[in-house]
Amino acid sequence: MLNSLISVAVMAQSSTVNIIPNMDPDKQIPYLVLAGLLAITVLIGISMMSKVNRAVAGNLLGSVSMALAIALTLWAFDIFSVIDLWVAMLIGTILGLIISRKVTMLQMPQMVGLLNGFGGGASMIAGALTLINPGGEDPFSLITSGLAIYVGSLTLTGSIVAAGKLHQVFTQKPIVLKGHQFWTISTALLGFVSAILFVHPAFASGAAKIFLIMLSAIISGAFGIIFSIRVGGADMPITISLLNSFSGVAGGIAGLAISDPLLVAVGGIVGASGLLLTQIMCRAMNRKLADILLGKTSTPTMKKAAQGATEVKQADDAEIELADEDAQETPIAPVAKEDPHLDWLMEARRVIIVPGYGMALSQAQEQVKQLMLLLESQGAKVDFAIHPVAGRMPGHMNVLLAEVDIPYDKLCEMDDINDQFKDADLAIIIGANDVVNPAANTAEGTPIYGMPILSVEDTKHLIIMNFDRQPGYAGVDNPLYDESADKVALLLGDAKASLEKIFAQLADR
Amino acid sequence: MSAIQFVLLAIFVVSALVGYKIINRVPSLLHTPLMSGMNAFSGVTILGCLAATAATGTLGEPGVNWIARIFGYIAIILAMLNVVGGFAVTDRMLRMFHSESADRTEKTGGQN
Repeated sequence: MLNSLISVAVMAQSSTVNIIPNMDPDKQIPYLVLAGLLAITVLIGISMMSKVNRAVAGNLLGSVSMALAIALTLWAFDIFSVIDLWVAMLIGTILGLIISRKVTMLQMPQMVGLLNGFGGGASMIAGALTLINPGGEDPFSLITSGLAIYVGSLTLTGSIVAAGKLHQVFTQKPIVLKGHQFWTISTALLGFVSAILFVHPAFASGAAKIFLIMLSAIISGAFGIIFSIRVGGADMPITISLLNSFSGVAGGIAGLAISDPLLVAVGGIVGASGLLLTQIMCRAMNRKLADILLGKTSTPTMKKAAQGATEVKQADDAEIELADEDAQETPIAPVAKEDPHLDWLMEARRVIIVPGYGMALSQAQEQVKQLMLLLESQGAKVDFAIHPVAGRMPGHMNVLLAEVDIPYDKLCEMDDINDQFKDADLAIIIGANDVVNPAANTAEGTPIYGMPILSVEDTKHLIIMNFDRQPGYAGVDNPLYDESADKVALLLGDAKASLEKIFAQLADR
Repeated sequence: MSAIQFVLLAIFVVSALVGYKIINRVPSLLHTPLMSGMNAFSGVTILGCLAATAATGTLGEPGVNWIARIFGYIAIILAMLNVVGGFAVTDRMLRMFHSESADRTEKTGGQN
């Protein structure tokens, strides 16, 4: 009798584990196995996103895995029939479907930013609830819950500021407070310390704990605001991508706090992907991540670089405002009588189009497609050269061009197409500036020095459609603008209007 | 720190490394959908929100911490918005990508 009791106890010990607080020990093993399987299907889904033709299926696999993960969690915690959870999920689902239908491709960066913020906010609350709920009083749970509040809160506020800037609710210009550096570092440190402080017995219960939760959330949130208000328009993609990483890390930490392996695994994957994209963008813009984090916008170096220019202009930002307000009225600069660029267009056999954010702002994608079709109808081979940081988030140009049905095989990465410029007859630059500025190769000491650029200067003829002659975001004059009219045709003004004019002129011929 | 917590940390590190490896293969053509897809995955925190909200008490029984539970609802709504909005918008974007050859078959298919 005793023997059998002991053996049952041993069996119970070896077959049931008590890893996850609040979960029936019998369900823990199946839960862990299924969670592991779902983590694998998530990874498969993500890896399918590396090929265009399988990406839709990969995304679907990811979303199905997520739905199953939710069902698994509800089952494992015995809360499948808790009605109010379903109601809350339904509300979130409906809201999510509505905004995903309404958003335009141009607004995608702020959409991703905003959704990111929501994820961060959810992780923050999950961390706070874990602290308040009974159970999980060991130091590891306490610290990870605190950290979930820290990272979650800064992701929430940072993302809202970033999305607001991109949506032009707030000014795109960097806002610099007095002693900004001090505030950045002190809120970052204080937020972190307050998160760790949950292990201190003084904050073990009651009002003191609630107070610390609120304090921690507020300080971390302040850090998010302070660090993102200082970032200028063109650095926003990096911030968004970094916050994306943070939202993953926040979820992962929340998973550590409640001992949920699936949450931990997916959080880790998202954190890594955001970091990788951030690195890629930093490299492509020749910026150091630490500089952006500490709010060192290119302002100090820009002053040095702009020398000739009277005032360092946040050209990019100004351009955005101008483009919005005056896009329709701005007259197109008079072009030389003979309009040699029309001949170039007619005669070119090999054309490379370089789109930039200016194209997106003037919503000229449809006209760009018409230009492509026109050139192709004359037998020219047309490709697009996409710089990694063109647009307001990584890969933004590709989405905008895919939306108007330009086949993706024509959208070439910089490294693949850069040595083809020298064999091309014509490069057409539409609303791009810094990414084609040859000064990046020569002008030592300027912020863009060393930044990889598209080598359009190798091409026989160039047509540049830009809003004005102002230097781009980096504040470095573009020598292409001063090239002889035999090589470069500069069409100033709104890109859409410039393209329409070309079509009209060609039709008149 | 218990053994399982150590394992959890290991899972975090390993999945981050594996994720880094996999995502490195995604071409820059797809970086925007990748980012919004990853964004949708970051809403996985919904799992934590559900568990934490349920742990505030059992409906219909005394002792439910209602303030905490209402915050839990907010968290669930936000996380669900993140998940559903993220996947839906990624799907919308990915469906816009067409290759030249696919376009051609589509066109000739339409003409015949």
